[in-house]
Amino acid sequence: MKYAALIYDSAATEEPNTEEFGEVMQAYQAFGEKYGQQIKAGEALLPVETATSVQVRNGEVLTTDGPFAETKETLGGFYILDCENLDAAVQAAAEIPGALHGTVEVRPVMELPEN
Amino acid sequence: MSYNDINNHVAEVATNEWRKVVAILANELADLEIAEEATQEAFSTAITQWPTSGIPQRPGAWLLSVARRKAIDYIKREINGRNKTELLSQLEQRQSPAAVAIDMSLVRDEQLQLIFSCCHPSLSVETQLGLTMRCVLGIPTPDVAKAFLISEQALAQRLVRGKRKIKDSVIPLTMPSDAEIIDRLTVVHKAIYLLYNKGYLETDTNTDFSKEAIRLAKIVAELVADDAEGLGLLALLFYTESRKDARQIENQLILLEDQDRKLWDWETIDTANKILDQAVVLEKTGPYQIQAAINALHAVATFEETDWQQIELLYISLLKIYNTPVIKLNYAIAVSFTQSPKEALKILDNIESELKNYHYFYSTKGELLFRDKQFKKANEQFEQALSLATNKLEKDFLKTQIEKTVEELQPN
Repeated sequence: MKYAALIYDSAATEEPNTEEFGEVMQAYQAFGEKYGQQIKAGEALLPVETATSVQVRNGEVLTTDGPFAETKETLGGFYILDCENLDAAVQAAAEIPGALHGTVEVRPVMELPEN
Repeated sequence: MSYNDINNHVAEVATNEWRKVVAILANELADLEIAEEATQEAFSTAITQWPTSGIPQRPGAWLLSVARRKAIDYIKREINGRNKTELLSQLEQRQSPAAVAIDMSLVRDEQLQLIFSCCHPSLSVETQLGLTMRCVLGIPTPDVAKAFLISEQALAQRLVRGKRKIKDSVIPLTMPSDAEIIDRLTVVHKAIYLLYNKGYLETDTNTDFSKEAIRLAKIVAELVADDAEGLGLLALLFYTESRKDARQIENQLILLEDQDRKLWDWETIDTANKILDQAVVLEKTGPYQIQAAINALHAVATFEETDWQQIELLYISLLKIYNTPVIKLNYAIAVSFTQSPKEALKILDNIESELKNYHYFYSTKGELLFRDKQFKKANEQFEQALSLATNKLEKDFLKTQIEKTVEELQPN
């Protein structure tokens, strides 16, 4: 079963080349090594300030900045994990460094019927 | 036996087997939804067949066999293209009569396992409790809906969503780890407590919900060492159970005040006392221990000598943990003895709006008004309670109370 682990964090925009940034990167690297077999994909995202939201209404493309929700925690990255069941996925998600300060949302990936 | 009696008896026998059948199937199929549907179908078949064919010698094995057959059919019909051949052949093998009989005797672990997996924190607490009570323990839908004060339709929706989430997210139907067991205990305790309550007033039927609740409470208390609240719950159930024979005589409900204490089961009370002592030394107080302690105080005195002061204090500490109107109602009863029915009625005024559909509220209010010699008002409250009560025993009791007020109102 594939699960998406969506990492929401309170915009901890550590600048690259600082000590904190290095520590965070190291923690993620350690996670990647430990769960290498389960991780099918994963990316970190640039801060939410760089986001652009796109909507199509009545055939018109509306482009605005940022997500609208006034939430403190924003999506900062994700993994796709292949795990036996929810408990295994939760166990892995608990070790994602982002879970220490933010929230990791675990969602099963929709399986489409194969043709 | 009349036609109705036969039907009731069939329903009782089948209800008592429900939780075993569903637990075995859920474990074999790793799928609660199919397990429950198959059990439901087997249950319906039993209800229609047994009144004429007679109840089979081993009703549980019969139900399991029929339910498993339904599950096999269901899986075969499933056109998802998923490879189920292995599961199917496993299920087919288990269908021999000898295998079915063995399955039924080994059911205990599967049942506990299913309860703990339904209490998964990824489901809302209401869903956890609903699934455990309805799908795992087999408490009829109307009763579960009533316990949550929601409509049957709302409950059904909640259960469907819960089962879908279990399936879609692949929540494992296996025993969780030790740490997870401890995290899930609060909800499991609550489910057992509600199961006991369901059986508590059903003295006119033969469903064994109370017995089952005590059995589960025992297993859970043994499963987790030094769980003060688990012991507290078990003690509470034992105290309540010990008064069973005194609570009801010749189909009449007898209030604590009028119970013949010689009829209390003192051996059970002794067991309860010991368990509560075990819990208390752990120094982790909680609502079940407090309620058990209140019951312990009733057990050491005659009604006249009851230490209401101490009971009032215990209710105050219970209110600090759970400030619910129902607990306030019980607190008011203690106040009616430490102070006066008038003082207690003041407390009731503050919670009336929250307990509008709760017949105990009106019967308690009637009782307090009666003691305060306001017979006309007491009469109205008992009438209100009677219109809300559903249990025959309680209805009869309220009718007697109404008669008492009418007597008082008659001019001499």
